[in-house]
Amino acid sequence: MGKVLVVTSGKGGVGKTTSTAALGAALARGGENVVVIDFDVGLRNLDLVMGAERRVVFDLINVVQGDAKLAQALIRDKRIDTLSLLPASQTRDKDALTVEGVDKVIAELREKFDWVICDSPAGIERGALLAMRNADLAVVVTNPEVSSVRDSDRIIGMLDARTLRAEKGEKIDKHLLVTRYDAGRAARNEMLKVEDVLEILSIPLLGIIPESEEVLKASNIGSPVTLNNPTSAPARAYFDAARRLKGETVDVVIPLERTGLIGRLFGRRVA
Amino acid sequence: MNLFELFRKKSTAPVARDRLQVLLAHERSVIGKSDLLATLQEEILAVIARHITIDRDAVQIKLDRGASFSTLEIDVEVPLDATKLVRSPNKAKSGVAAPA
Repeated sequence: MGKVLVVTSGKGGVGKTTSTAALGAALARGGENVVVIDFDVGLRNLDLVMGAERRVVFDLINVVQGDAKLAQALIRDKRIDTLSLLPASQTRDKDALTVEGVDKVIAELREKFDWVICDSPAGIERGALLAMRNADLAVVVTNPEVSSVRDSDRIIGMLDARTLRAEKGEKIDKHLLVTRYDAGRAARNEMLKVEDVLEILSIPLLGIIPESEEVLKASNIGSPVTLNNPTSAPARAYFDAARRLKGETVDVVIPLERTGLIGRLFGRRVA
Repeated sequence: MNLFELFRKKSTAPVARDRLQVLLAHERSVIGKSDLLATLQEEILAVIARHITIDRDAVQIKLDRGASFSTLEIDVEVPLDATKLVRSPNKAKSGVAAPA
């Protein structure tokens, strides 16, 4: 029986899809059988970040409504054969997803894969609730910034109240993934420190992903950052996070970008 | 801008942390409270409905958060013909003090 993981945040644009692709690929590279599911019906993007946008034939809604078999909708990654994608529909309405249908699809995927990773849409409405509903554990993606932290707090509350596990009185494991972190700015007191975010949200830390141009480079090409440049700072941080998800104990360090001489002389700042 | 301000480091992150701590303490209590009250309302209504027929709006619940203890006020409006045990006044009021 596989584990169901939801990647969620409340706020949009903090890195849910990037993190889903990067963690999924990192786990798959470690030999795990992984499927990533896009729950953002109408605004799908996981296919694009994974570089599979031209291979989408059937989607989650087709499967939920019984118009396609699960095996027909799953897209196997061309780089890693233990990684699959179940895309969202781009044309249909999000109301086409039913609770029973989603439960059935997730139950089927649980049988086939070690990890079922659900990429949640932004917001706290139906789509986000359906994405978290079956989760055993959650990765809460947060930027060190006030609106993102506030929205994450709200989502943590919903994970504790609105998931199947919560309704059965069971615990759901929640992990904090801080993304777009700039250690330099945090040291200069210009950005919330990881410790501040941890103290406010009080859930265990899964990892710190540094702000990096590698993330955009990877999505430009359509490759998870952990595959596109596995030795880059964000990729190493995602690999560490993936190992922690598997239960390994890995010290949290903030990986630094390996900069050239010019970069080291002048430093690199992100505006 | 004087020379001092020019060289002083702008510490905005501690301000962000303090604002968040104040805001979230408030939001958690409000959101948590509304959930608790909705649950209480439903369950109290269910218990009463087992014995007497009452309207959904007949049960009013209020939670006042105090410094040392909170007051939970349950206001149940019982119709005259619902039971012979309650005659007048037709309004049963009970206040329960619960630790905060």
